Amino acid sequence: MYAPEFEYHRAATVAEAIQLLSSNEDAKLIAGGHSLLPLLKLRLARPSVLVDIGRISELKGITISDGTVRIGALTTHWEIASSHDLEHACGIMAEAAGGIGDTQVRNRGTIGGNVVHADPASDWPTVLTALGAKFNIQGAGGSTRTVEPGDFFVGPLTTTMGEQEVLTSIEAPTLGHHQRAEYAKMAHPASGFAVVGAAVVVTVEGDVCTAARIAVGGLVPVPVRMTSVETALVGKALNQENIAEAASHASNDLQGEILGDFFASAEYRKAMAEVEIRHALFHATEVSHH
Amino acid sequence: MEKIPIQVTVNGQSHQAEVEPRMLLVHFLREELGLTGTKIGCDTSQCGACVVMMNGATVKSCTCLAVQADGADIGTIEGLANGNDLHPIQEAFWDNHGLQCGYCTAGMIMTAVEMLERNPHPSADEVRAGLEGNICRCTGYQNIVKSILAAAEKIGG
Repeated sequence: MYAPEFEYHRAATVAEAIQLLSSNEDAKLIAGGHSLLPLLKLRLARPSVLVDIGRISELKGITISDGTVRIGALTTHWEIASSHDLEHACGIMAEAAGGIGDTQVRNRGTIGGNVVHADPASDWPTVLTALGAKFNIQGAGGSTRTVEPGDFFVGPLTTTMGEQEVLTSIEAPTLGHHQRAEYAKMAHPASGFAVVGAAVVVTVEGDVCTAARIAVGGLVPVPVRMTSVETALVGKALNQENIAEAASHASNDLQGEILGDFFASAEYRKAMAEVEIRHALFHATEVSHH
Repeated sequence: MEKIPIQVTVNGQSHQAEVEPRMLLVHFLREELGLTGTKIGCDTSQCGACVVMMNGATVKSCTCLAVQADGADIGTIEGLANGNDLHPIQEAFWDNHGLQCGYCTAGMIMTAVEMLERNPHPSADEVRAGLEGNICRCTGYQNIVKSILAAAEKIGG
């Protein structure tokens, strides 16, 4: 399948990319191309100009310092999955990256491209929401802004990114000694995309949960924080009964639109959200559930 | 649409060409260079028939533009054998009957090359997991896994 025709420009710097976006109406950025090229082939996107940012070295790499993980937008899922430093600092990110697509998709696909694509069935939005990540964005005239996931994702394939903006990096806090995090997903058997995904970050002191951030994705247009589940968990011992009880509050937080299709109905996905939250909490806390 | 000049090294040989921006890498390899060992299967980055090596990492060449490969070092199935001497992975596929219709084979072997570079002594489960991006519609996975394990033994000693 050929994509529709487009003009091609390659940017050497972020500033040049923004300049190219500003001077070409209907231009789109391409990095690894693993979200955009399929859309082009299906004619779901028809930009007249593609600006290739795939070689901008300032957008690549993982740095960990002062309790913050900073990942350049062009860093591939493979680089994230295979980073030993990241495994120690924020293991849930390495783990989630290793479960995306397949080897070749991970070799080319980038975390920034994934996030700005905002596919409800992808894993990063859910994981980054639970982590309380921050998205660093650069715009015209060298302006920068930082946005949290809740103010970034608007709906399927829609974000608050401006047409002349570039996502430059993603930051997440490193996990402390008392923190445990896990991402559990029910993957579509063919595509590997999340039918339902649940990400949990819990702080455990003694065996009591003192803080929790939980998000689900896959079944909702944008990731949803499970505040009822979080509230039910905090102050409780992390045992099988309390985890199951807390997870049973999931439906309170899923009052908005639930996605469904011929593979998995909305009703089924809603039921599975509770199951995946439970799985993530069991794995995070190593509470036996068999 | 204005064509873009590119330079790509394929199996050690440098090529200059002018391509339409929308030309896919797989079309460049097959139609411009005549290297038809790389196949097009699903054309949606699912099946892995089009897997080639790009700068040392496998990519699905149906989901990469030729212009994105400008300056890159590409390896295809045609570049593996040394004259009449098959690459150890090719030989292992031959010895273990690691193919039925053969359509997925080039992609399987290119994936196996990277798999064994990253993990020279994989378990059978790791080989299966490593093949998640390659589909064999003959469902001949048993012998494909066997071939890759045999190749690992041969290469790793």
